[in-house]
Amino acid sequence: MNDQALAAGGVVLAADGTPLKQRLQKTLRRRKLIAAGLVLPLGVFVFVTFLFPIILMLFRSIDNPVVHENLPLTLAVLEQWDGKDVPGEEAFAAMVADLVVTRQEKTIGRVATRLNFELAGVRSVFTSSARKAKKMKAPFKDALIQANARWGEREMWVTIKRIGSPYTSVQYLAALDLRYDVDNNIVMQDEDRQIYVTIFIRTLWISFLVTALGLLLGYPVAYLLATLPLKYSNLLMILVLLPFWTSLLVRTTAWIVLLQTNGVINDLMVASGLIDETERIQMIYNQMGTVIAMTHILLPFMILPLYSVMKTIPPSYMRAALSLGANPVRSFIRVYLPQTVPGIGAGSILVFILSVGYYITPALVGGASGQLISNMIAYHMQDSLNWSLAAALAAILLFGVLILYWLYDRIIGIDKLKLG
Amino acid sequence: MKKTMLLSGIAVAALMATGTAFAAGNLTVVSWGGGYTKSQVEAYHKPWEAMGGKKINSEDYNGGLAEVKAQVESGKVTWDLVDVELSDAIRGCDEGLLEEIDKSILPPGDDGTPAEQDFLPGTLTDCAVASIVWSTIYAYDDTKFSGAKPTTMADFFDTKKFPGKRGLRKGAKSNLEMALMGDGVPAADVYKMLNTKAGIARAFAKLDTIKDSTIWWEAGAQPPQMLADGEVVMTTAYNGRIFVAQVTEKKPFVIVWDGQVWDLDLWVIPKGAPNKAAALKFIAFSTDTKRNAAQASWISYGPVRKSAAPLVGKHATTGIDMKPHMPTAPANFKNALQNDFAFWADHSDELNEKFAAWLAK
Repeated sequence: MNDQALAAGGVVLAADGTPLKQRLQKTLRRRKLIAAGLVLPLGVFVFVTFLFPIILMLFRSIDNPVVHENLPLTLAVLEQWDGKDVPGEEAFAAMVADLVVTRQEKTIGRVATRLNFELAGVRSVFTSSARKAKKMKAPFKDALIQANARWGEREMWVTIKRIGSPYTSVQYLAALDLRYDVDNNIVMQDEDRQIYVTIFIRTLWISFLVTALGLLLGYPVAYLLATLPLKYSNLLMILVLLPFWTSLLVRTTAWIVLLQTNGVINDLMVASGLIDETERIQMIYNQMGTVIAMTHILLPFMILPLYSVMKTIPPSYMRAALSLGANPVRSFIRVYLPQTVPGIGAGSILVFILSVGYYITPALVGGASGQLISNMIAYHMQDSLNWSLAAALAAILLFGVLILYWLYDRIIGIDKLKLG
Repeated sequence: MKKTMLLSGIAVAALMATGTAFAAGNLTVVSWGGGYTKSQVEAYHKPWEAMGGKKINSEDYNGGLAEVKAQVESGKVTWDLVDVELSDAIRGCDEGLLEEIDKSILPPGDDGTPAEQDFLPGTLTDCAVASIVWSTIYAYDDTKFSGAKPTTMADFFDTKKFPGKRGLRKGAKSNLEMALMGDGVPAADVYKMLNTKAGIARAFAKLDTIKDSTIWWEAGAQPPQMLADGEVVMTTAYNGRIFVAQVTEKKPFVIVWDGQVWDLDLWVIPKGAPNKAAALKFIAFSTDTKRNAAQASWISYGPVRKSAAPLVGKHATTGIDMKPHMPTAPANFKNALQNDFAFWADHSDELNEKFAAWLAK
């Protein structure tokens, strides 16, 4: 058998006579294909329902077709314009021609809406001028300015030229409280309109706070779960899981009942004489409410990974440390804690990332000071319909989270992560 | 552009994949939920179906054009009729999200007045037909004030005379108007004033005086709840919601009509709606004189047809007279301001941003 197999010039042959190496590769390749085939449906699903929409939504943050497509004549004329003074008759004539077409094709509303995001109040300038455009006669400069004085402002034309480019960075600037001034320099947004940076910082701060509080509260619970006899730990586990399975909305509403000024907690404190009737504490509709409710809701995401890690740590390690003379605190810090780092990391990163994108809870209990960036994104998706700005805010958020993830990888190492 | 539209359409469709597809034969009517939708079901949907009209799927939403925009841009429109506010009706029309409605489908009033004259001025627009007048008012809990009671808009901002927490909608619209009226600006001058920087500053300064004692609400169902919980002593609200709490839940709430900001709710048809013909028929049916008046026996929102106003009768279940509860009742309408959709179409982006920045400060 051996002699036979080696006969073909020192190459090992399989039973059917093909070289064994080739045969092995073929088999492995087939297995890989089958494995890939099994994963394929999920891959397609994730791509179609998750990655693809996200990419398209993010693309919206730079995509800026409306003005570019609907005011082509004006933009062609403005191409030559130096931007130093109000443009000449040629630009006004082109604008009138564009307005006539946009009015006919009913695209004027979209153009007006787009420009109104940049320059408050120009919406009606466009819609009303477009109505009159058909009857306008040369000189168009006078005709348009007569229709609305804002056509005589340099800022108007600078804005049209800027927003006329098919791709733009203005959404990202707006998302960072920056804007272009009339001379195309990047400047800070007016002070009474600066909002997003504050809320980004607040979002990060509250997420950090919720994560820290979750760790502080969750660690002992996870420890208890991992070390108690099965009989009790199962019961305790149900107490952790039950709220986890309860609807987010129900839990948030429950917190409203508990925390409001005439709620259970304030009533109890008044009844027990801890505080006076007039000193009821405002615990909800502010940052405090957001932090309390979010910490409670996200606690299971901290406890479960911690528990799964602690469960694998043999109790004999701690006993060994103690019997070798370390006091309980020292043996905890030097022996137990380092072994739970993968769980701490997993729980913290999970809770942090979930809180950064939290939306319903702050919307319900956050009041004015407890709103997070996702509430602003929702506002631009649902109310202002400025989807491009929403996309820019979301992109910055996503980018920020990825940076944090990268930092985590550099400092602690992603391979140390253990989710369960 | 076509291609990106198509692609984003697919994306939006994927995002919206949670929406249920209904049998194409049914008419999907979308409204604000709660007592308001109930009044429409009783006054419009039931008689419509009894008359042999298409079966109606009633869906709830929270206002705004986001869903309509998503459906129209993805080309998968499932809504046939939507109940929207005036500013959204105008804006949706401008942006090409809504079908234009030929007003000749509307029947004349019961007294024979042609529809165009029977509807109150400004209630018919290119893409929309109004059904009711509603109002943002403020209401207080009667048990919280034993002596003097609030009667004017200025009282709402007077925390010395009437101590206690206030409730306000989280948004610029109607708050800025009320702040100016509370500061003594007559209703007629409010928007003229808001068109100036000084006017806006004055409105925010007035809001500043109660900022620390304000709790902000977002959904229409919240203010009556906040009043009932004692979380606030007075709050702005939609008048119909307070009415329902007053009448059907017997709460001791009182509406102050001074400085009310009234607005319209209108029917619109998203562009490409699957049952456009039936939707148009439904609009004609539900806004005729009788039906228009019938809705007012379920909720205290005023009819938009002049011929319907005298027909407003008694509440359907409690039997109280509805006329004095209407925003348009002469006693309530003395110092009333119509929400200026044109102003808000121009300035809502800027002012909401300022409002959000002011809140975060």
